[in-house]
Amino acid sequence: MTTPAATTTGTTPLAVTGRRKRRPGRWLLHAFLITTSLIWLSPILWALYTALRPYGDTAKYGYVSIGGSYGLQNFITAWNRVEIPKFFLNTMIVVVPAVILTLLLASMVAFAVSRYSWRFNLLLLMLFTAGNLLPQQVVITPLYRMYLALPLPRLVSDNGVFYDQYVGIIAIHVAFQLGFCTFVLSNYMKTLPKELNEAAVVDGAGVFRTFWEVILPLCRPPLAALATLQFTWIYNDFFWALVLMFTGDKRPITSALNGLKGQFFTDNNLVAAGSIIVALPTLIVFFVLQKQFIRGLTLGSTKG
Amino acid sequence: MTDSVNRGLNDPAAPTRRRVGSQVEGPGALQAAPKRKRFSLLTRRDKIVLGLMVGIPTSIHLFFIWLPTVASAVLSFTSWNGIGLDKIKFIGLKNYADLFGGVYPPFWPAIQHNVIWLAVFMFIATPLGMFLAVLLDKEIRGTRVYQSAIYLPVVLSLAIVGFIWQLIYSPDEGFINSILGTAGTPQAIDWIGNRNLNLWAILVAASWRHVGYIMVLYLAGLKSVDPGLREAASIDGAGERQTFFQVVFPVLRPINIVVIVITVIESLRAFDLVYITNRGLNGLEILSVLVTNNIIGEASRVGFGSALAVILLVVSVGPIIVYLTRSIKAETE
Repeated sequence: MTTPAATTTGTTPLAVTGRRKRRPGRWLLHAFLITTSLIWLSPILWALYTALRPYGDTAKYGYVSIGGSYGLQNFITAWNRVEIPKFFLNTMIVVVPAVILTLLLASMVAFAVSRYSWRFNLLLLMLFTAGNLLPQQVVITPLYRMYLALPLPRLVSDNGVFYDQYVGIIAIHVAFQLGFCTFVLSNYMKTLPKELNEAAVVDGAGVFRTFWEVILPLCRPPLAALATLQFTWIYNDFFWALVLMFTGDKRPITSALNGLKGQFFTDNNLVAAGSIIVALPTLIVFFVLQKQFIRGLTLGSTKG
Repeated sequence: MTDSVNRGLNDPAAPTRRRVGSQVEGPGALQAAPKRKRFSLLTRRDKIVLGLMVGIPTSIHLFFIWLPTVASAVLSFTSWNGIGLDKIKFIGLKNYADLFGGVYPPFWPAIQHNVIWLAVFMFIATPLGMFLAVLLDKEIRGTRVYQSAIYLPVVLSLAIVGFIWQLIYSPDEGFINSILGTAGTPQAIDWIGNRNLNLWAILVAASWRHVGYIMVLYLAGLKSVDPGLREAASIDGAGERQTFFQVVFPVLRPINIVVIVITVIESLRAFDLVYITNRGLNGLEILSVLVTNNIIGEASRVGFGSALAVILLVVSVGPIIVYLTRSIKAETE
């Protein structure tokens, strides 16, 4: 263990012991991590590279090649051909209300079960959590029938039912995501001092005001993390809108991809450009809101 | 669990003051508190408000998630084309008999593929994610950059993951075939079209994302380990590996369980990637896609599709219970 440092060259990592093992070990570790990182990034970098080259050039030189021109033409073509703005708008019509409603409803339940001692609160939390863990396909068959049959006022549904309507898609997102958000938020609210409720009462605040003006503002950190996470998840949803939204033109962008596949994305360069455009909002989350996203992911799995 | 009482109860000066039922324990007030009435100290209006705050979200959740789940279970014993409730016919276990008896050809391949999916996640992707987390948890230069690179795929939708990997697998224009010089030739390897290869090709893409997910979760777990434990172990002369397996890993039991549960659930949920690749045909049959094909396909076989869904449900109940028991333990501690 205490062998003094000797030559730094020519020694095999296995032969040395103790402190001297560190250096080659570190190098090996970095080499491994750099390789892994590059492998992990390569599919995305490859997509980016392909997207930047005109189809003519890749046809001439092959896809694995350097040369020809580089530019944003594929992005422009994909954007116009697919009417990307329309699908982005569809997504927003679903994502924005869904995230807001999910967080609002989840924080109300979380408030009630975490701040008041209540007979069924554990049962309720279990129900919500279990519901969130179910594979979506477990509920889809009856849900599909329910969506076709259940009436909705014309004001929110132009065909009078849940099926093929934004309201329907929003509803299932909210119902499904409630579980996770309630779980996370109630864990967080439990950590807030109990005296807050008393102080609110002394000030004459009712239950709702205690929730809205005292507890909720203190929950900004988990709400921000959950909003980021929920935005990404609902944006990325493929399944619900695929099954419950019949009209292809009304589908949010991720679900619309299935129909756009062979129809508009005729070569790999366009597929690549289209993929990057669609991934862009989530990539922004990755680059700008990474911390929030990771906090949201890990809040549910580790306590606190 | 003591009955909750409010100090204001014995305070005659505050008859109109609002009262809370939170855990305020006033010993002097105990005798005045009627047993089993935790809400009794809230005003009527407060009770109604609380009831709504819990009731509305719970009803939504029950209606859209648990009602269909129960309906799936009930409908799996029926034969129904989905039109007219009076057409529902109870046929006992026939749907299950058909499934297990091989009347529906994609069933057993789907089971097999789901098992393979789970095995690859459980024995390759998840351990790799955990391993990377352990490596990146050390204080090394650039750890954040490495972490970001590996977690990048996690933000992408699985539909986009399918598109991106198509650029790698496609026989005419894909990366692999271009490298091999077989692109566009009859010798090109059709990673997606070949039924002996496509499941593995898709699993590589799915693992690409899963590894990052597990790494993020596990890193958070590792960060929560008391550093003193590690120090103590190294003072006792334990090597790095020894410290991890004998000290850190056992402490991480809760997060290990979460990771395993998530791995199982994710493999049961696998859908998007397969559906966008080839709609779950020709070597890519999996349970979730079969359920879906029985509703949005030509023939709407509600009973049959429900039986498939119930199998999915039964398999997922195990990990869900494990997860819940862990949460309750954490709750009551």
